Amino acid sequence: MKIYADNAATTKMSRDAIDAMIPYMEEIYGNPSSLYEIGQIAKESLENARARVAKVLNCEPREIYFTSGGSEADNQAIISAAKIGERKGKKHIISTKFEHHAVLHTLNKLEKEGFEITLLDVHSNGVVTAKQVEDAIREDTALVTIMYANNEIGTVQPIEEIGKVCREKNVFFHTDAVQAIGHVPVDVQKDNIDMLSLSAHKFHGPKGVGVLYAKKNIFLSNIIEGGAQERGKRAGTENLPGIMGMTVALEKAVANLDNYTVKLLPLRDKLIAGLDKISYSELNGDRDARVPGTVNFCFEGIEGESLLLLLDDKGISASSGSACTSGSLDPSHVLLAIGRPHEVAHGSLRLSLGEDTTEEEIDYIIKSVSEVVDYLRNMSPFWRDLVNGKRPHVFAE
Amino acid sequence: MALYSEKVMDHFRNPRNVGVIEDADGVGEVGNPVCGDIMKIYLKINDAKVIEDVKFETFGCGSAIASSSMATELIKGQPLEEALKLTNKAVTEALDGLPAHKLHCSVLAEEAIKKAVKDYYDKNGIEYDPADFPEDHDCEHCHVH
Repeated sequence: MKIYADNAATTKMSRDAIDAMIPYMEEIYGNPSSLYEIGQIAKESLENARARVAKVLNCEPREIYFTSGGSEADNQAIISAAKIGERKGKKHIISTKFEHHAVLHTLNKLEKEGFEITLLDVHSNGVVTAKQVEDAIREDTALVTIMYANNEIGTVQPIEEIGKVCREKNVFFHTDAVQAIGHVPVDVQKDNIDMLSLSAHKFHGPKGVGVLYAKKNIFLSNIIEGGAQERGKRAGTENLPGIMGMTVALEKAVANLDNYTVKLLPLRDKLIAGLDKISYSELNGDRDARVPGTVNFCFEGIEGESLLLLLDDKGISASSGSACTSGSLDPSHVLLAIGRPHEVAHGSLRLSLGEDTTEEEIDYIIKSVSEVVDYLRNMSPFWRDLVNGKRPHVFAE
Repeated sequence: MALYSEKVMDHFRNPRNVGVIEDADGVGEVGNPVCGDIMKIYLKINDAKVIEDVKFETFGCGSAIASSSMATELIKGQPLEEALKLTNKAVTEALDGLPAHKLHCSVLAEEAIKKAVKDYYDKNGIEYDPADFPEDHDCEHCHVH
């Protein structure tokens, strides 16, 4: 059995998205900046796509900027807000400890340039509250940037309330919605969002294309210079095939959101219940405030990379927040942010389901994970020490 | 999987000498749970100072398990003197290489064996030069690699 359970990493493209791209490679390959016919047809398609994306997000077409993906959108949103703030003498930015590195590394860079960064603590359930944001906002706060849904543990933040606080305090609010769009309802008006990043390949669209939504009163700073594309804010010939594929994928994902949720929630909860039965394991993040597809567990006494390799042998593709899988020496900053000790964070497993996931696959995943965890524990001196009481357990049995 | 050589995957999937020797003559444990890897080596040593049997337990990634397995294969049936000459480089080469950020796994294997031999020497009152054995290190050590 082959089971792809890493949809939070990337998704399989939908047939509709692929079909939407092909004409823009074979026929309408003109440069939207060219004045002859196939250039102008390309330009019309581009603007049509922009209007369709805007409709889905509930904003104006001119507030949509096409980018190379979520990371670029995050970078541009944060740097733009920082520059606006700086001109007004506001050099304080609020974010959280468990953001994506596209946000955290951009904030690190700004910190070196003299900005003061407040990273809010994340509660053990993987959620930050609007009250925390409210308490952290100061006179000189230029931006609040908080992710809509966490990429590793899948928890959904109270974005509407956080946005409301920011509106009341007159502070720009950006959200990295890469893991949320197509997975939970998002509406930039209702959610009080000033800027939002999304990435097409997280909802069955192509890789290398995304969107930055920025409210029309926000003056964007360029990350990429060299042309008048995207109203002069993002140079480079537009990735029209990618944009068309993304637009179709986005419309489809959002139109299908109710069905997707109704289908996935019982599967997700069955998976959680099944993995919960493994002794000394615990779900990471809130049971309910989470996207329909993502489940993340920690297992005591084992290491995540070996777990992934053995699951791969059983045909299951998943991911982990262990240091060995990140290529660094520390385990996932997300798991540490929600209070997991290092030794437990090394033994984490993320399974992210998709619309094709079946109940039979969930049964197989539960059985396989239980077997592999048992097998690895049997050769683990750390597990032996836990069983013998030489080291203390972190979780209850 | 391109991350590891076939040799590494073979030793990871079918580790040799996994287990515990209850009446071991020397036991060595290195690493710690915070860093994400622990290796424990058990040695059975006969009167001729030959390693008659060796077992290991490992908590760690694929290359940690494979390094332990290969290291035990390399010293099994060897005189102690030979086992002490085992280097992390030899373990790595026998595995047809490890990715650069996984080399510390082979270092752990070398150190676990040395520690087990030292334990045997200590228990039997055999003299040795402490300089030949790695010192116990804390977590900072692995952050230097």
